Amino acid sequence: MPLLTVTNLKTYFHTRSGIVKAVDGVNFNIERGETLGIVGESGSGKSVTCYSMMGLIAQPPGKIESGTAIFDGIDLLNCSPAQARSIRGKRISMIFQDPMTSLNPYLKIVEQLIEPLLIHEKISKTDALKRGIEMLEAVGIHDAKNRINQYPHEFSGGMRQRVMIAMALITKPELLIADEPTTALDVTVQAQILELISKMKKELNMAVIFITHDLAVVSGLCDRVQVMYAGRIVETAPTRSIFYTPRHPYTKGLQKSIPANQPKGKDLYTIKGLPPDVSKPLPSCAFASRCEFATERCLVEPMPLSVDNEGHSHTCLRVHLNEI
Amino acid sequence: MAETILELQNVKTHFPIQKGFVFKRLVGSVKAVDGVSLTLNKGEVLGLVGESGCGKSTLARTILQLLPTTEGRVLLNGKVLTNASSKAIKEARREMQMIFQDPYASLNPRRTVFETLAEPLKVHGVCKTEQIPERVASLLQTVGLSPRFIHKYPHEFSGGQRQRIAIARALALEPKLIIADEPVSALDVSIQAQILNLLAQLTRQMGLSLVFIAHDLSVVKHISDRIAVMYLGKVVELGSATEVIESPKHPYTKALVSAIPQPNPDSEKNRQRIMLLGDPPSPINPPKGCAFHTRCNYATEACSASVPELTSFEGRFVSCSRIREI
Repeated sequence: MPLLTVTNLKTYFHTRSGIVKAVDGVNFNIERGETLGIVGESGSGKSVTCYSMMGLIAQPPGKIESGTAIFDGIDLLNCSPAQARSIRGKRISMIFQDPMTSLNPYLKIVEQLIEPLLIHEKISKTDALKRGIEMLEAVGIHDAKNRINQYPHEFSGGMRQRVMIAMALITKPELLIADEPTTALDVTVQAQILELISKMKKELNMAVIFITHDLAVVSGLCDRVQVMYAGRIVETAPTRSIFYTPRHPYTKGLQKSIPANQPKGKDLYTIKGLPPDVSKPLPSCAFASRCEFATERCLVEPMPLSVDNEGHSHTCLRVHLNEI
Repeated sequence: MAETILELQNVKTHFPIQKGFVFKRLVGSVKAVDGVSLTLNKGEVLGLVGESGCGKSTLARTILQLLPTTEGRVLLNGKVLTNASSKAIKEARREMQMIFQDPYASLNPRRTVFETLAEPLKVHGVCKTEQIPERVASLLQTVGLSPRFIHKYPHEFSGGQRQRIAIARALALEPKLIIADEPVSALDVSIQAQILNLLAQLTRQMGLSLVFIAHDLSVVKHISDRIAVMYLGKVVELGSATEVIESPKHPYTKALVSAIPQPNPDSEKNRQRIMLLGDPPSPINPPKGCAFHTRCNYATEACSASVPELTSFEGRFVSCSRIREI
């Protein structure tokens, strides 16, 4: 049984300018110990998907219209607040994008770091402190004994992200959600943080959902990748298949627009147009207006979900019909 | 022989750190840019890369005279800009313009596109008032936006479109040199490619010189003719874009290049990463000798004693005293 199964998740925001369908019918699951990458451009709904599961969507304006997220037998979307609290921060943790703003500048690292332990476990403060220091050492912060009593501003960006990771992992969660954890960091620091996440993942045998817009980051880290566009998942596949045999025209376009893949001196491949406005009604295939293969049928016919025996699924009508 | 448009001679930009409220005393300085010498030819694209805090943006602002230079000289078309009169600097700004990183912050939200684009034309008196609408419309077309957007406000545009407006603003005075400070890092992959193509096309068509700052090495490699790698306020390697990225020579460049994740699972698996330990040292107290020796895998005692100069090596410039041995 998968660790987490999300079925037909729909999260809409009711705003003055209309209903924004940020997540519009998302289905996926993740096994224990697996790393799943969620890739998409800004506004594609990758963060909102995870925020919805964690109960972090402000309601109103947001509303989870439908869907279930079964985590080890408990539906995160329809359980009691007490049940949700016992899972959130204990069995599922999250790392956010910007380490500069996700730590409280008024509190010493120690208070923020051991707070989840004090809340979720019957543990004395001295033991919690000991675990906190061990955890800081595990994420590669030297002189943890002294540094734990410092304030966030005394740490650099990469170090703060390490503190965030330590904080997320201190309760030994079964699922870690990392929302663009390296986007705000330099490449050299990014490499350190990615290494750290995969090391900790092996040690704790935890599942990781890794949200990013950077396909290159996904390639070394994830077992499986799903690509989101306009609130829907357009393609899911094992990492190798996504890179070597992408099926959906959007995935292909994304890959082709990475500068590293293209000959120097020539114009870069671009996906024409702009991402769609998800507050307007979308055609059956949300990518149709930017797709070079789109036909009339793409706008009206329901997109089939085709899955092959390797677990590679996509929602492109024309690929499904073997037309492209 | 290509004509030089911009020349930097041992440029240093230090920020003083003062202590005390009434009797301020100097306790040190942040050596953001610490002795950079570069030349840029007409029509050339120079990429500037390095980690955050290495002085890329400070250098850009120093070139534009938005920051005072502590030492050294900046020459534009052979004219010295450092310590020039404000009148002379205003003149020079017609020749050089800047594009900023964040198109959400660099456009005034209370001004329409027309007001934003007309301002440089008015300030510099480039054309008659009645010609301004025409000029603005043609600028918008140059950057691939429809002139019907002319009376809209920035919030009505997406990130990519805003960056196009920022590019149009930089082009308004028909400059010879544009400095682009991370112009695509706030944008999505598919939009990033559109903006890069636009910049490449404009430099070709208008014969512009471009200083392109970014931390994404594959982007820089794609657009630049030459690349300068900076570390703690100094240039450590300078050479043709393809060579620097494909066969880096300086240990820092090697580590930087090896840290880029590859969009390809097989080469990603085989990628040899050179892990750099820790964070870059503080530019307040840069390490003695070679600034990189504290994190360098090849460092010897000698490296902490003398500062290596940027010297010619196999068709490029590298500042490493052990370059011939490693």
